[in-house]
Amino acid sequence: MAAAVRAAAAAAGARRLAGGGGRRCRSSAGGGCGPAAERPESGGSGFCPPAHSRNDWIGPPDKSSNLRPVVFYVPPNESLLERRLRELRQETQAWNQQFWARQNASFQQEKEEFIYSRLKAKGLKMRDETGQKATLNAEEMADFYKDFLSKNFRKHMHYNRDWYKRNFTITFLMGQVALERALRWLRWKKKNIGN
Amino acid sequence: MSAARPYGGPRALAGLFVWHLQKRAFRQIPCQFVHLWGAAHGRLAAFRCFNFLKRMYVTQHNKDLSQRAKPKSDSVAPPFHENQQLGQEKTVIYKIRPISPVHQPLSETSTRNELREMASAAEMEGSVSSVKAGSKEERQWKEMKLQLDDLPGILARLSKIKLTALVVSTASAGFAMAPVPFDLACFLLASLGTGLASCAANSINQFFEVPFDSNMNRTKNRPLVRGQISPLLAVCFAAACGVPGIALLMLGVNPLTGALGAFNIFLYTCCYTPMKRMSIANTWVGAVVGAIPPVMGWTAATGSLDAGAVLLGGILYSWQFPHFNALSWGLREDYSRGGYCMMSVTHPGLCRRVALRHCLALIGLSTVAPVLDITTWTFPIISLPINLYISYLGFRFYRDADRSSSRKLFFCSLWHLPLLLLVMFTCKKPFLEKEEKGNLLSGNHGRAVEIRLP
Repeated sequence: MAAAVRAAAAAAGARRLAGGGGRRCRSSAGGGCGPAAERPESGGSGFCPPAHSRNDWIGPPDKSSNLRPVVFYVPPNESLLERRLRELRQETQAWNQQFWARQNASFQQEKEEFIYSRLKAKGLKMRDETGQKATLNAEEMADFYKDFLSKNFRKHMHYNRDWYKRNFTITFLMGQVALERALRWLRWKKKNIGN
Repeated sequence: MSAARPYGGPRALAGLFVWHLQKRAFRQIPCQFVHLWGAAHGRLAAFRCFNFLKRMYVTQHNKDLSQRAKPKSDSVAPPFHENQQLGQEKTVIYKIRPISPVHQPLSETSTRNELREMASAAEMEGSVSSVKAGSKEERQWKEMKLQLDDLPGILARLSKIKLTALVVSTASAGFAMAPVPFDLACFLLASLGTGLASCAANSINQFFEVPFDSNMNRTKNRPLVRGQISPLLAVCFAAACGVPGIALLMLGVNPLTGALGAFNIFLYTCCYTPMKRMSIANTWVGAVVGAIPPVMGWTAATGSLDAGAVLLGGILYSWQFPHFNALSWGLREDYSRGGYCMMSVTHPGLCRRVALRHCLALIGLSTVAPVLDITTWTFPIISLPINLYISYLGFRFYRDADRSSSRKLFFCSLWHLPLLLLVMFTCKKPFLEKEEKGNLLSGNHGRAVEIRLP
């Protein structure tokens, strides 16, 4: 069972697990950590929720994107609407992860380059006599922050627009799913009372 | 806007959680002890124990968990919970060690076994940290199941309850300053309605900003970021607060106050929040958002928008700038990385100039208050030291432009506003004196009375 789960998880994308419900486990297949390409699109940490749990699980913030990954629960009788919602959430999670990981990485890199170039201009080294990393004060860094913000303005605009659209769609779908579940439960209740 | 620290939930809830955690931990321990002591001093018992821990180590190793220590800020569980659990683990490990020296090897194979066990024990101590790190990371995964016990705390944090309380108090100040006889029922309705509207607006704001909040230190522990509540529930909560809140203001107080409340929610959620990422003009919009509650308080009392309301709004409007600009000065890196367009990042000179300008404006506005018959002339005199002090800090911030001056200005603004409003209230022009002046508000007063009747 565990092997089947791992094998299924290794294939990227949201496929329904064979043989009823299960968990979209994010551990990479086989032993050890595979290269990044083998990981599922969401960049897993390898956490597998307990089998009896019927809820999603949320993890600690990712190191590169600061977003918390979610492992989604796939119920055995997942409806079309529920599946759409789950897939959208998974896709949004991956998209968000990619954007912020890239954003944070480029911020760090450009910050380092900026510090290096400024220190060089001042005639200082990256590390001073005691071996401590030399830093610029807040006022000098302000130039970098301003520059970074203006350089990435268009990217942020596009991201904002997409994020708002996705957020609304996901929430709206959640509402539809909740309604569907409520109706399903009412029908089941009526049937039971009838019997 | 002011920092939204997590709502310090009731100690009882925290205590309950710890008790629950301890119960869970204790349930696990007896099984291990059974393994340890059941087959007393038997090699089998020790081997089973080591195997158990070794199995854990191997599993974690497969999932490749790093061995570096996790920074304190990353942990989701409160520190004392982790210490509790780690403490339990520590006791287990200490119990294991005494067993191994007890075993006397009887044959070569058993010696080899012992050596292997000793080696694995040594490995164990070295790998205990990775086990701890691994299980610590595992423990940081939380089930996304709504705990009803935690719901009040979660909703309090979602609605930024402390900020809401501040907003309600400014609305109450507006109500109290209105030159009409104090009506308790109206006051309570207006406060409740404003509070509900503020909760709704704050919840929607957090709903919009989940990925940005995750990336900023100040906001990364918000409920939606941590997955403690679903976005759907957040929106439903916002609707459940906003609709009754505005209805209460519209029907229970007066339509003008209701309209102002609805407009404020719209301004905050649909203008200010998206604008934060588009243009530095968001600060001015945000200042208007902060200025409207006292105006609402005033209109709730008098039923009309007159000069006094505008002045109170103006005082709150001016106050927002030193408050927010000073706060944003220390957050420039986070704002830049997160893509927020703030004056402190893009136009630092303007940021400081505007803060100073509005500190001085506060002095001017305080002087206008007696002219409009809202307060006596003692108000500008008594408030002058307070306003001068914040202006002085504003000037220091303008000149020095460093972290310490920005912090001083921010913390000053936190006590400056309540004190100013308090002084204003104590210097409020007595109502009777006003009536003698010629009943300027007779019409409004009459309307206010009409509304008060159930």
